[in-house]
Amino acid sequence: MTGRAKKARNKPSTDRIEKRVVLRAPRSRVWQALSNAKEFGTWFRMNLDGAFAEGRTVQATVTIPGYEHLKVEMQVERIEPERYFSYRWHPYPSDPTVDYSAEPMTLVEFTLEDAEGGGGTALTIVESGFDRIPLARRAEAFRMNDAGWAGQIKNLAAYVT
Amino acid sequence: MSPSRGAAAPKASDAVPVFVALGDPIRLRLLGRLSADGPLSITRLSRGSGVTRQAITKHLHTLGAAGLVRHARRGRERLWELDRRRLETAKRYLEQISAQWDAAVDRLKAFVEDSPASRPVP
Repeated sequence: MTGRAKKARNKPSTDRIEKRVVLRAPRSRVWQALSNAKEFGTWFRMNLDGAFAEGRTVQATVTIPGYEHLKVEMQVERIEPERYFSYRWHPYPSDPTVDYSAEPMTLVEFTLEDAEGGGGTALTIVESGFDRIPLARRAEAFRMNDAGWAGQIKNLAAYVT
Repeated sequence: MSPSRGAAAPKASDAVPVFVALGDPIRLRLLGRLSADGPLSITRLSRGSGVTRQAITKHLHTLGAAGLVRHARRGRERLWELDRRRLETAKRYLEQISAQWDAAVDRLKAFVEDSPASRPVP
């Protein structure tokens, strides 16, 4: 874990998200679901254009109905079989007309451990680096998330201009 | 990441003033500058912006009314900065993404627990 992430853990953070879950499946099974791009895409709901490999950039298309126009780019960082998998991406590439390539990316890390009591897998997912993303962009995500609000902004623009 | 999580969206009524404030390229740029280099004076903010001081002042007040920026006097100067207490925006953004991860984790759980072998795409 980086120093930045360690520091962030001790305070209420706008920089990172952490999820822990115990999966009733062996590590080898969970690892396959994470590291095999096809399987990853199945549960994540994306079509990936190739296999994960360290240093490789994988292009993906969202498969959720209505959002198929969204493109995602995953830059694979580190692969340690059955233990750790990480990549960088742009966390909310909601607007296909915007070029996000110059903006900072977040780091997504999956860490696998044996669950206590045996039999299962403890999975930790951390996404960090949100504080480097411009605040205006973060606010914009809501607007993109609910198209209905765009109309409201237009209606109300009158009283601020 | 995936845009599937409407459930965690903030109430529209709370967010409207923020959106109104952000619905302008100059105001977005001002926020960007304050986010990167703030606190800054109006003089600094208008330099090289191609916009008059008066216009910058008006935009700052719009942002201030939405709770996104505030000003403080430092000596003879009035400096504008992002309103750190109102990091609502950032917090809600994170809540949305967090909810997306929750949904993805649920799908992963079902995916690996349902059958030991790989399953076809649902």
